[in-house]
Amino acid sequence: MRILNRRRASLVAVTASAVLALTACGGGTVEKETKTNESKAAAAGGECGDLKIIVNPWVGYTADAYVVGAVATDKLGCNVTYVDLKEGGPSYQALKSGDGDVILEEWSHAAELKTAVDDGYAVDLGSPGNVGIIGWYVPDWLAQEHPDILDWENLNKYAADFKTSESGGQGQFLGSDPTYTQYDEAIVKNLGLDYRVVFSGGETATVAAFKKAQENKEWLIGYFWEPQYIHAEVPMDRVKLPEYKPGCDADKAKVACDYAETQLKKVAATKFMESASTAADLIKNFTWTNDDQNLVAKYITADKMTPEEAAAKWIADNPDEVEAWLG
Amino acid sequence: MSTATVPTGVDRVERDAAPPPRREQRRVPRWVWVLVVLAGWLAIWSLTKGTHTQYLSGSDQTDFHARLSDRVSGYSSNPVATAIADFINVVVGFLRELIAIPTRPRPAPTIGWLGVVAIATWIGYAIASWRIALLVAATFLSYGLFGYWEDAMDLLVVTLVSVAFAVVIGFPLAVWLALSSWAARWVTLVLDLLQTMPTFVYLMFVLVVFGIGAPTAVVCTLAYALPPIIRIAGFGIRDVSPAAIEATNSLGATMMQRLRKVQIPMARRTIIVGLNQTILAALSMAIIASYVAGPGLGKPVIAALTESDFGAGLVPGLLIVATGIMLDRMTTAASERSERVARGGGEDPRRRRLVLGVLLVPVAVAVWYSRYAIDAALFPETSWARSVADWANSWMESFTSAADTAAGSFSDAISYGLLNPLQSLLADSPWWLSFLGLLLLGVVIGGRRAVVPTLLCLAGLYLLDLWHDSMIVLNMTLVATLLVMVLALVFGVWMGRSRTVDVVIRPTLDAGQTIPAFVYLIPVLALFGSTRFTAIVAAVVYAAPAAIKLVADGIRGVPDVVVEAGRSTGSTKWQEITKVQLPMARGSLVLATNQGILYVLSMVVIGGLVGAQALGYDVIYALAHTDYAGKGLAAGLSIVLLGIMLDRVMRSAAARAGAGAVQRQPRAGGRWWH
Repeated sequence: MRILNRRRASLVAVTASAVLALTACGGGTVEKETKTNESKAAAAGGECGDLKIIVNPWVGYTADAYVVGAVATDKLGCNVTYVDLKEGGPSYQALKSGDGDVILEEWSHAAELKTAVDDGYAVDLGSPGNVGIIGWYVPDWLAQEHPDILDWENLNKYAADFKTSESGGQGQFLGSDPTYTQYDEAIVKNLGLDYRVVFSGGETATVAAFKKAQENKEWLIGYFWEPQYIHAEVPMDRVKLPEYKPGCDADKAKVACDYAETQLKKVAATKFMESASTAADLIKNFTWTNDDQNLVAKYITADKMTPEEAAAKWIADNPDEVEAWLG
Repeated sequence: MSTATVPTGVDRVERDAAPPPRREQRRVPRWVWVLVVLAGWLAIWSLTKGTHTQYLSGSDQTDFHARLSDRVSGYSSNPVATAIADFINVVVGFLRELIAIPTRPRPAPTIGWLGVVAIATWIGYAIASWRIALLVAATFLSYGLFGYWEDAMDLLVVTLVSVAFAVVIGFPLAVWLALSSWAARWVTLVLDLLQTMPTFVYLMFVLVVFGIGAPTAVVCTLAYALPPIIRIAGFGIRDVSPAAIEATNSLGATMMQRLRKVQIPMARRTIIVGLNQTILAALSMAIIASYVAGPGLGKPVIAALTESDFGAGLVPGLLIVATGIMLDRMTTAASERSERVARGGGEDPRRRRLVLGVLLVPVAVAVWYSRYAIDAALFPETSWARSVADWANSWMESFTSAADTAAGSFSDAISYGLLNPLQSLLADSPWWLSFLGLLLLGVVIGGRRAVVPTLLCLAGLYLLDLWHDSMIVLNMTLVATLLVMVLALVFGVWMGRSRTVDVVIRPTLDAGQTIPAFVYLIPVLALFGSTRFTAIVAAVVYAAPAAIKLVADGIRGVPDVVVEAGRSTGSTKWQEITKVQLPMARGSLVLATNQGILYVLSMVVIGGLVGAQALGYDVIYALAHTDYAGKGLAAGLSIVLLGIMLDRVMRSAAARAGAGAVQRQPRAGGRWWH
C-alpha cells in the first residue's frame, strides 16, 4: 500500500509541476480573449456567428477556403469550421441541410446548381475571380519532341507509345479523381481514339504521375486543369481538342469537344446569406486571381505550411485586397 | 481502415469438418479436373473473347441501376431520419462544445485541455488502475503536443456516442440472440451481411438518408460497431454453464430473474470483450467517416492524402492507433478489475471511495483553471508534428527513389505475367462462359456442397449488372490472395519454427494491421503509380499480417513428438516442412487463405481510390454523384457476393479435405492488436 501511495503522490506531483510549467509561461486569460472577440465582432458591425465553409478535395480550393476562413476569424470574429466534402452531390446536400454555408469553387455541376437555386436553398454569387480550365495535357518534354501531338487528330498515331500495363493494349489516358467533372471516356469514344481511360484516383496521384513523366521523360497524356499549383513546377502543354461550342457537352454520353472554360462560382446557402452574419458580405466580396490561389497552394504543398500558416502569410502580404473584401 | 472484425464465422470450418479422410480409391485427383475445366475454358475463350462481356464504362449505368438509385433517393428527407439526425446533432454538438470546439465568443471549449486531461486521467484511475490513468494522461497529452487536440476530441466524441448507441441497441439484441435459436440464426445472417458489406457502401446509403455531417458519421460507425457486441455478448450469455442454469431453474426462478441474476453476471467478462471489440470497430471507421464531413482525426489523414504529404497523414494516423490502444487497455483492465471486485478481491471499497473523492479536488481545480487561463484552455502550439512529418517524408523519399526501378519492374512482371492474362480470361470471356467456368471450378474445388452457394452468388452477380467489373475484382482478389499466401507461407513457416524470428517480426505485423490503410497508400502510390498493382499492394499489406500469424500459429501447433519422429527418420529440413509441418497445419493454411480473401476484399473500395477501377471505382463515383447511388449499391452488393462465394468454396474445400481434423485454430482478426 505504501508503495502505491508513494507512486500516486509522485504521479500527482509530476502532473502538477507539468501543468505549472506549461501554463505559467503564457499568461492571458480566457476572459480577456472573449472580450477581444466580442469587440472584434462589434467593430465589424455585428455578430458573425458560425461560418461553415465547404472544402472540396483539391489544394487550390483549400487555399480559397483557408484564406476566407482566416479573414472571417481574425477580422470578423467568426467561428469558422471547414467541412471536407466531395464536390457536386454531397456539397449541395450540405447547403440544403445547413451543414455547410458556402461553396467557394463550384466548377460545373450545372444541374445540381440549377436544382438548388430553383428549390430556393442556394444562391449563385458569381465568380471568385478564378477561371477554370480543364483539358487534356501532356508533359512539356513530349510537346517539345513531338510537337504534332498537341493536335488530337494525331493522337492515334502515338497510341502505342502510351500503352501501359493498365490500358489493355490501347493507349492509356490518365483520368483523375472519379468524382471530378470529367467525360473523357465519352470524348475518347466519340472521337474514335484508340485510348482507354484509366483513373488515377485523385489529385495526388495525377500530380505525381505528371511530375514523374516530366522528370523521367515518360509518355503520359491525361486530364488536368488550371488553376493548379504544379504548373509552376512542372511544365505541361494542352492538347487541342475539337473546339468547345455552347451545348456540345449537353449530353454527357455524346460529348466530342473540348471542355468549356469555366468561370468558377461561389454558391452559398440562401439561409446563410439572408442571416445577419457579417460574413455574408465577405463571401459576396471575395475575389482573387488564379495566381493568388496558386501561390497559396504552393505554400501548402511545396513549402509544407499548414493551410492556416499559408493563409496567414498571404493575408499579411496582401492587406489591400483583404481590405477590399471587407468593404 | 484497420478492422476489428472478420466477416463470417470461419471458426465453423473446424466443427463442420468431416471425419479424417479415408483412403479413397484411385480416382482422378482434383487438380486434374481443374486443369480440364481451365483447358475447356481457354479453348472456348480463344474463339469468343471480347463478345458479351457485359462491359459497362465508369460513367454508364443500366436501367436497373437507375431504378435502384430512385429507390434509394426515395428515403431522403424522411421525417423519422430527420428526427434521428437532429437528435444526434444535438448530442454531438453539446459534447463537442463541452470539450472540443470553441463556444464563441469564448475562444475555447467549455472545458479546456487541462480540465479534460484531469477528468480523463481520473476516470482511468477510477475504472481501472493508476497504470491506465498514466496511459490515458500520456495519450491525451500527445494529442495536444502533436497539435491535434480538437480533432482528437471530436474523434472521441463521435466514437463514444456511437458506442453508447451500439450498447443501447445491441445489448437487448444480444440477450434475444442468446435466448432464441431462431433469432440466433437470422440475426447472425444480418450481421454477416453488415460485416462483409464494404463500409463505403452503407456510407453512401446513410448519406442519402441522413445528409452530411455528424449524424451520418455516427450512424455509419454504429452500423459497423454493432455486430461485435451482439455476437460476442450474445455468445457469452448463451454459453453460461448449463449446470448454473439448471440450478436456477430448479429454484423456480423466472426467465428474467435467471437472466439478471445468473446469466448476465456470469457472462460479464465476455460482454466486456464485446464492448471492447465494439469500441475498436467504431474507431476503425474514423477515417471513412470523415468522407462525409464527420468530425475527427480522420480529417487530417484525408487532407494529407490530397496533398500527398505522407508525414502529415502519419501523425494523426498514429494518434488514432494510440487512441485504440488506450481504449483497448482501458476496457480490458476495467473488466479484470470488475472481476476482482465481484469476487470480493481488491482493496477496501470505503477507502477507495475516499481516495477517489479526494482526487476529485485537483480535478476540479484543473477544470476551473482550464476555464480561466488561456494556456490551460487551448493547448500551446508546438512544432512536433511538423518535425516528425518532415522526418517521415524524407525517409519516404529516399526509400521510394531507391526502390523505384525495382518496384516498377516487379509491378510490370506481376501485371503482365499474371494480372493481365488472368483478367483477360475472366473478364474478356462472354459472361456465360466465365459463369460456367467459375461454377465448374467451384464444384471441382469445393465439392457438391459448394454447388448451390456458387450458383446463387454467380446468378446474383449477373443480375446486379456489373459482371465485367466483378470479374476484374475477382481477378485482383485472387492475385492478391496468392501474394498474401506466398508471404504467409514463407514468413509463417519461418516464424513458426523460430521463436526469435517470431519476436522480431510480430511487431511489424501488428503495425501493418493497425495503421490505417490511408496512411500507407501515399508511399505505395509513389512507388507503383495509379495501377491495379497499387491496390493489390495495399490489400496485401493489410491482409498478409493476419495470414502470416495464422500460419505461424498453425506450424507451432504441430506437436513436437511428430516433428521429432520425422527427424529421427533422418528427414531433411525441407522434408520436415513440406511433409510434416505443412500437411499437419493444413487447417490453419485453409483458414489463413480464407481470412486473406476476406481482408483483401475489404480493401477493394480503397483500391478504387488509387487506380484500381472496377467495383471500387463504382462505389467512389456513386459517393459523389447521387444519381449513381444505385450503381454504387449494386457494386457493393457484388463485392459481398464475391466474398460469400469465395468463402463458401474455401469452406467446402476445407471440409472435404478434412482440414478440421487438425487442431483448433485461434481466431484470426478477433483483436486489433495483442
